Amino acid sequence: MRKFVIAAAVALGLAATPQIAKAAGGVDVPSQSWAFEGVFGTIDIPAAQRGLQVYKEVCASCHGLSLMAYRNLAQIGFSEEEIKALAADYTVMDGPNDDGEMFERAAIPSDRFVSPYANEQEARAINNGAYPVDLSLIIKARADGANYLYALLTGYREEAPEGVDLMPGMYYNEYYGGNQIAMPQPLYDDFVEYSDGTQATVSQMAKDVTYFLKFAAEPSHDERKQMGIKVIIFLLVFTGLAYASMKKIWADVKK
Amino acid sequence: MSTYNPSNPLVRWIDHRLPMFSFMNEHLTDYPTPKNLNYFWNFGSLAGIILVVMIASGITLAMHYTAHVDYAFNSVERIMRDVNFGWMIRYIHMNGAHLFFVVVFIHIFRGLYYGSYKAPREILWMLGVAILLAMMATAFMGYVLPWGQMSFWGATVITNLFSAIPLVGEDIVIWLWGAFSVDNATLNRFFALHYLMPFVIVGLVVLHLVALHRFGSNNPIGIDVKKGSQDTIPFHPYYTIKDTFGLGVFLLVFAGLVFFAPNYLGHADNYIEANPLVTPALIVPEWYFLPFYAILRAIPDKLGGVIAMFGSIAVLFILPWLDRSPVRSATYRPLFKLFFWILVLDCILLGYVGAMPAEGIWVLLGQVGTAYYFAHFLIILPLLSKLETPKPLPTSISKPVTGGAAPAAAPAE
Ligand code: HEC
Ligand code: HEM
Repeated sequence: MRKFVIAAAVALGLAATPQIAKAAGGVDVPSQSWAFEGVFGTIDIPAAQRGLQVYKEVCASCHGLSLMAYRNLAQIGFSEEEIKALAADYTVMDGPNDDGEMFERAAIPSDRFVSPYANEQEARAINNGAYPVDLSLIIKARADGANYLYALLTGYREEAPEGVDLMPGMYYNEYYGGNQIAMPQPLYDDFVEYSDGTQATVSQMAKDVTYFLKFAAEPSHDERKQMGIKVIIFLLVFTGLAYASMKKIWADVKK
Repeated sequence: MSTYNPSNPLVRWIDHRLPMFSFMNEHLTDYPTPKNLNYFWNFGSLAGIILVVMIASGITLAMHYTAHVDYAFNSVERIMRDVNFGWMIRYIHMNGAHLFFVVVFIHIFRGLYYGSYKAPREILWMLGVAILLAMMATAFMGYVLPWGQMSFWGATVITNLFSAIPLVGEDIVIWLWGAFSVDNATLNRFFALHYLMPFVIVGLVVLHLVALHRFGSNNPIGIDVKKGSQDTIPFHPYYTIKDTFGLGVFLLVFAGLVFFAPNYLGHADNYIEANPLVTPALIVPEWYFLPFYAILRAIPDKLGGVIAMFGSIAVLFILPWLDRSPVRSATYRPLFKLFFWILVLDCILLGYVGAMPAEGIWVLLGQVGTAYYFAHFLIILPLLSKLETPKPLPTSISKPVTGGAAPAAAPAE
């Protein structure tokens, strides 16, 4: 057993090395507490629903969410009717029809979230050359993504500290690399009106939209952890039985 | 081994014509195995199992994956979102690759510690090193497939190494790319080769096992065991159950990663689609390449760095002829044991340096670590074989009473 513990410790040690290396290089953002943390963590559904509202009413004018389909919203508690109605607010280009013509139609649940731009060039043209990234994977595409996004959205300062020269069209943000970002502060208190009565402070909206984008980055998040718990329980039983059998079988081997 | 006599008449009929049952009986059931193997001997069978897991999950991914620069990234996301259990298959493949290297590295250091590379197991050892090389090629090309930023830039950095070759270097790189940069042609051929290489590995593993079963496993004491003596026990049920228990523990770690921390070992930048116009702030390879990457960057000259990097594997190939001590196990070689652990620390140091930007103190540490790595194999081991006095070896596993002087582990042939 002693040898086994050593072997296991070596394996874990090896697996931990990259993390040590990573920690030595990353930018530090303050940690918030999130409902999706930990083994039993799940996406906070009311928060994600409010987050969708923030995305729709604020971020969507500049950022796409092209990997999400409207139907995916069923997983954060929207009914089929609500999703149909929500999708119908958008128009998509379809076709060609039997006459060989492209046509516009209302979006349906199986369509992907409609992007505010036709292409990257148009996005840059509208935003003074800056490119508002697609937000579908943003939580996974940044180290410590959820904490980073929250910090970014709440990290604006009215004025740059003394000695910092802001370039034209840039805004000061404490957590963006280089501190100068082309995105104007997107959230102000009461920018949106929540139907569930939640006070729409900047930090509340930042948290909510982070929950929504966490879900968007990984719609299978809750399913993954729930399945994981079952798998681990099964494996504990399996490994325990294997251990007991091993002890029994090996009992007659003389040292 | 001709004592095998199956009772089932159908099995007997088939076995008479195609001796597959007696083959399995010889190699999986009766196969005499030293009775004192510790848990470090579990990692060989684990590596074999992961190889199967990688092939099964990989073929499933290939059914949904599109090897085209415009679609590759999104096709992987489609697997994650729209394919039934696609997220699980992808996370299994991704984390399986990480654990494959964890397991194989432990397996290799086990061999280093217990002298498993010594006569008569030199070819067995060299086949192992060949498997490591093939695994590295496979993982490198696999990492390019999701076509994220690290995929693209990693591929660019590594393929560019070949341009260090004098005269023909530049042409070789263009030939590898199939274009004038890492592009669609590169992605396509990497996919084809990534599908092929695992089966090359299977072939190498078969040879590895044939060589293993010629003389059987080494053991923690490192002395030869006499087949059929008190020292051996049949593989089944003793080691089948022990390997099953080891598999259970391994799967717990594997499931922990896949279900609760699937991106823990990966790099966030690879969730950004490849963009040839934007270079990431720091291009770092996957952790299992970091020690090699550190060696590459330790030499200020590009060609020199490439030679050192490949040299770090080449010394493993000739290791059986560098360490001439007839005693295998470090247990009986106090000095060798000390230097073994220093080597382990050196490799960890190199891994750490590999993740750091090549500046300041890291450059010096990388160079010292690299120098020590080569010194261990090329200077320390040859000297130790001459200078060190090993402790007396036991004459058999069953009688750990120390009898006579070394060397009991004389080459068989
Ligand atoms: C007025 C348009 C606009 C709005 C509204 C907007 N953004 Fe942005 N956003 C941008 C631009 C432009 C950039 C690119 C910044 C740069 O490159 O400096 C950006 C960048 C980002 C980034 C990337 C930061 C990084 O690390 O690279 C994130 C994340 C982000 N926005 C999130 C949001 C969220 C969440 C919202 C809604 C609450 C939002 N944005 C609203 C224009 C906008
Ligand atoms: C020795 C065994 C193998 C190793 C070490 C290996 C390694 C890898 C790695 C590291 C990745 C990148 C994972 C990521 O970051 O997303 C990958 C992706 C991939 N591999 Fe493998 N692989 C192996 C076998 C196979 C086999 C046999 C196939 C069958 C065709 C396969 C098909 C794929 C596909 C389609 C991808 C892209 C999808 C993705 O990125 O998730 N692999 N592989």
